[in-house]
Amino acid sequence: MNFDFSEDQRRLQEEVRRMLSDYSTSSAVRRVLEGESLYCADTWTQLAGLGALGLALPEAHGGAGMGLLELCLVAEEAGRALAAVPLVSSIYMAAEVIRRAGSEAQQAEWLPRLASGEAIATAMIAAHGQHALVVEPSRIENGRLFATLNAVPDGMAAQLCVVLVDDALVLVGLDGAGVRRTAQASLDPTRPLAQIVCDGATVELLAAHGGQQIAATVTDGAAVLMAFEQVGGAERALYAARDYALERRAFGRVIGSFQAVKHKLADIFASIELARAHAYYGAWALATGADELTRAAAAARVAATAAYTLAAEESLHLHGGIGFTWEMDCHLHLRRARWLGQIIGNEHYWRERLATTLIEKAA
Amino acid sequence: MDFNDTPDEAVFRAQVRDWLETHATRRQRRDEKFGDGLDREAYLAAAKAWQATKAAAGYAAIPWPKEMGGLGGSPAMQVVYAQEEAKFLVPGLIFEVSLGTALPTVAMWGTPEQKARNLAPALKGDHIWCQLFSEPAAGSDLGNVRTRAEKVGDEWVINGQKVWTSGAHNADYGILLARTDWDQPKAKGLTMFILDMKAPGVDVRLIRQATDEPHFNEVFLTDVRIADSARLGPEGQGWKVMLSTLMQERFSLGENFSGDLYDQLVDLAKQAQWGGRPAIEDRCVRAGIADAYIRQFGVDLIVRRGMSAISKGVSPGPEMAAVKLIGARAFQTGGALAVELGGAEGLIAASDLGQQWRMPQMLWISGPGARIAGGTDEIQKNTIAERVLGLPGEIRTDRDVPFRTLEG
Repeated sequence: MNFDFSEDQRRLQEEVRRMLSDYSTSSAVRRVLEGESLYCADTWTQLAGLGALGLALPEAHGGAGMGLLELCLVAEEAGRALAAVPLVSSIYMAAEVIRRAGSEAQQAEWLPRLASGEAIATAMIAAHGQHALVVEPSRIENGRLFATLNAVPDGMAAQLCVVLVDDALVLVGLDGAGVRRTAQASLDPTRPLAQIVCDGATVELLAAHGGQQIAATVTDGAAVLMAFEQVGGAERALYAARDYALERRAFGRVIGSFQAVKHKLADIFASIELARAHAYYGAWALATGADELTRAAAAARVAATAAYTLAAEESLHLHGGIGFTWEMDCHLHLRRARWLGQIIGNEHYWRERLATTLIEKAA
Repeated sequence: MDFNDTPDEAVFRAQVRDWLETHATRRQRRDEKFGDGLDREAYLAAAKAWQATKAAAGYAAIPWPKEMGGLGGSPAMQVVYAQEEAKFLVPGLIFEVSLGTALPTVAMWGTPEQKARNLAPALKGDHIWCQLFSEPAAGSDLGNVRTRAEKVGDEWVINGQKVWTSGAHNADYGILLARTDWDQPKAKGLTMFILDMKAPGVDVRLIRQATDEPHFNEVFLTDVRIADSARLGPEGQGWKVMLSTLMQERFSLGENFSGDLYDQLVDLAKQAQWGGRPAIEDRCVRAGIADAYIRQFGVDLIVRRGMSAISKGVSPGPEMAAVKLIGARAFQTGGALAVELGGAEGLIAASDLGQQWRMPQMLWISGPGARIAGGTDEIQKNTIAERVLGLPGEIRTDRDVPFRTLEG
């Protein structure tokens, strides 16, 4: 048993962290917040330059062929830096579906471009129950897709979308005929959403059968990777509150000396430790393809969603009135915690998924 | 990152399993417990015999060096052993203080003579140890210890009272924290001793706990004489010695919070009927089971992270305080959910309702104790806030003044 990342993996994480602190600054993230761009192009280019986007993709297709453990650490740093980039959509979801379901030719066509950041893809592969409003079943007729897809992450920035239709997985070019897309205002504007209407769009088949199984595995993997983003974001919010509590004075003392404040910060810390432990277990299950993946991913997602929500809410609270202003980044964490915690199914959906695996295991 | 056994660990696991098959009985049902029907004397004898058997095989203290009677193994090997032993019916809850905290403290601070005299018999189970720290006026504020040790010739004369002393009624020896200098500030005038629990003037009285079990004690000390050769560590350094004990305790406590309560909840929820349907189909119940798993298995995972740190030579540090916060809460909420599952019948004690309810009921009623013992939730949170997050310590008006000037 060695329940930790290796020295080499930690060095890579350090490198990514340094780059992100230079590029994914508050002002860079705020340009996306204010709608000036769809994502931080500089940050995205730098991630690609470090090879971070293709870490888990095969070397033959422009990746580093290293595996998902390294990508987990990139995710943690992206979360910490509030990076406004299409990692969830293009890398955790779309690239993973293409890697697992695509033919050699399809992988050769798309994976190098996703790894280099030159192309952005998104994915709508949610199982039933993750979308709760405006659900219309997608259908394919004569090789053409009819679908109304809502809350598509990075739907305006992407050139390509992976869609699950019944048990099939297909690729849709988003700039082609029969596709209409409209930006949808996002509760986290740094992670934009779009509506994509396909009215007879041409599709390319990735997998005719077994799509639901692949989609479920990829979604479990995304849950683990997003748990690392959540842990990174939660830790950033915790230490922002800690720093503020050491500086802000009231009643003749720094507020960090009051037990009510100390205990709140300790609770956040404990919540993050719990989430981190489950995220590590999820990383192991993901990297080794262990049977425990669904259980580990669901636990990591529930614990990490709870941790980031708590950290974001209480970090804002501990900043007092100043924390409730647009200029402070507290609300960015609040928004990101909500977005990450809900884009692939909310906490309740995943808690039920966890319960199901525990009950099946006991049977 | 590897959650599975290394090849060496797999070999060790197989070896442990073979050894356990030969020397113990495999547990057939989850609710089976060693020692049902044995009285205290017989249970104690069985526990000592089992400890001797383990010690002979080197399993009594796996991470200890061989010259101290251990196996010189890794912390991971200790985990492997514990995982395998949990599948067998063996006695527990007798040697936790001896081996988890008291003897490691002796190993760390003892003279060569003290180590030679005390380690081997404790490992073999001949001697049971307790730790005499808390007092009626010194719980969370342990620096307030008022038990007095006065030097008379080559001896110390001890007077005072200890309380919440786990296992003192079974113990042969204890490590005792007493005040030797009343002119020093509270944490500076303390000294640690090795106390022979059979010495004249030691009076142990069992306390009946809220669970209705006897586990801890009051210990009255009246003119008890301890030779200076039984002083553990330098005079006036008792606080430092005690802190090293508590670090051990925090780490060993983590292991006490593991378990499979979530699996037990699944079993019980299948039997219980809510509104004419199995409770296992109820969304609230399912959510409760998932949360029980997240807390309890999460504690296991945090402990494994600590173990991995130790095996790389890095100290796991005060973040282990989170383990107790999460683990104790897991017992309390998970136990309460189990009791709730039974509806009105859930109020019938396991002795009348069935053995499978015993452990969950015990967790429910003992949960509050777990949140107090070994440092309350609030002390754990202060530790995290101050030692991990670097927040200011509490304002302590009593810290730097001579102890004798403080209110009693």
